[in-house]
Amino acid sequence: MSPALAVEALTVGYAGTPVLDDLALAVAPGEVVALLGANGAGKTTLLRALSGLTAPRTGRVLLDGADLTALSVEDRARRGLAQVPEGRSVVTELTVDENLRLGALWCHPGRAARRAAVARTYDLFEPLARRRSSLGHQLSGGERQMLALGRALLARPRVLLLDEPSLGLAPRVVAQLMGVLRTTARETGLTVLLAEQNVTSALSIADRGVVLSLGAVVVDAPATELAGDPALRHAYLGF
Amino acid sequence: MDRLVFLLATGLARGLVVALFALSLVIVWRAARLVNFAQAAVATVAVFAAFAVTGATGSFWAGLGAALVSGAALNAAVERGLMRRVPSGSPLPGMIVAIGLVMVLQSALGIAFGPRHRPMAAPFDERPFVVGGVPLLSPYDLFVLIVALAVVGLLAWLFNGTSLGLQLRASAAAPEVSRLLGVRVPRMVTLGWALSGAVAALAALLLVPTELGLNAHSADLLFVHAFTVAVLGGLDSPTGALLGGIAVGVLVSLVTGYLGAGVAPLAVLALLTLVLLVRPGGIFATAQVRAA
Repeated sequence: MSPALAVEALTVGYAGTPVLDDLALAVAPGEVVALLGANGAGKTTLLRALSGLTAPRTGRVLLDGADLTALSVEDRARRGLAQVPEGRSVVTELTVDENLRLGALWCHPGRAARRAAVARTYDLFEPLARRRSSLGHQLSGGERQMLALGRALLARPRVLLLDEPSLGLAPRVVAQLMGVLRTTARETGLTVLLAEQNVTSALSIADRGVVLSLGAVVVDAPATELAGDPALRHAYLGF
Repeated sequence: MDRLVFLLATGLARGLVVALFALSLVIVWRAARLVNFAQAAVATVAVFAAFAVTGATGSFWAGLGAALVSGAALNAAVERGLMRRVPSGSPLPGMIVAIGLVMVLQSALGIAFGPRHRPMAAPFDERPFVVGGVPLLSPYDLFVLIVALAVVGLLAWLFNGTSLGLQLRASAAAPEVSRLLGVRVPRMVTLGWALSGAVAALAALLLVPTELGLNAHSADLLFVHAFTVAVLGGLDSPTGALLGGIAVGVLVSLVTGYLGAGVAPLAVLALLTLVLLVRPGGIFATAQVRAA
């Protein structure tokens, strides 16, 4: 079976000082992979290169075996590659409901289908239902992250890229988000690449952990192994 | 008293035209974060197109269609050909390019058509109805009122009630996030410019029959008033543009009626200064931090 997401010989940055250096990575369908590493290791750059926001110098990105390299950001998104960027990814001038409708535009044709899909998202994230007519900038950090995740899931992506979803959130909210991610991945076969500083919670829901350092993959191991090996943890994750 | 009612009624009709033009500035601002100083010149070119088409066909409505299409096409071309190549990040380069474009378009119109005003006939009678001895709106004023209100309503529905409008608003507010959600942001920006060009052309076309006539500078004063309105209402706010347009229209009408036409520009300038002193962001502006 071809991987849901594959990266081949990806190099990003200037010659001599690459941010990503000849990087290769494959994520199987339905797999949840935690992308770990220190600040500046290249996690965000990798996600941006995958979604097309950053142009690589060399290398290819494949979604279900199809080459995405020549496609625009918009077309990659419509093909099923969703990215939740770090921090403020909610459109703050739009309401919660409008943000969600934006996520449902392409794969739920028709107004009624869109409404129904948005309603299911409110079931999944109950706090959002109470705030459906609030503007994005009125939401708390946790609500924003729920909204960003709910919106991304509404597009029924094949592969979901998440950049630091737990940043600045209370542990309880992080646990809730991770729970939804795990459940969704299990139930729908969603493939997830999750960049995280919060190693413990990322590994708690991941099948596999990939550690980046200086733009290259230095460890690629099952999540349980990575979480359980103190030497590995200490060497690459610093705890 | 009769005079006051008459001045208020005509001020309202004129104010709605100003509001329409201000709305067109708001639409560009929301799509591109740019005050399009070339809007009046573009609208004037579109009215010249309408003039030519009406002259050839004898139909005001064909001319109206020509104005809408050429206004939209011209503004789309300005965005694709010029503004897209201007460095973003600071609003200044775009404004300077727009001002340069004004000079080019107005000179070209001047060279081609000369300085004289060409009278344009209104499609309806311009003599006011008289109700109980009081002169009120003319049939043409009434037509302007209805068209302006219909367009405002249509724009409100487009932006707030359709998924195209949702994409337009999202693209303007958060381009990068919108692209990640599959919205074709560059196309939305061009569409915003085109829409704005059509609205500006319509406003100019509605105005010209009530003025001296058509020449290269026919829409200049309209732009100054609309710009005042846009600053007054906040460049971000369609509601502000609508209410501000009516306010400025009524103000100009009252000052012209009671103090003379020469004082009207002064009154508008005084109003602009006052608002900039008290609320520099505009009365309806919402202060917000933008997402990337």
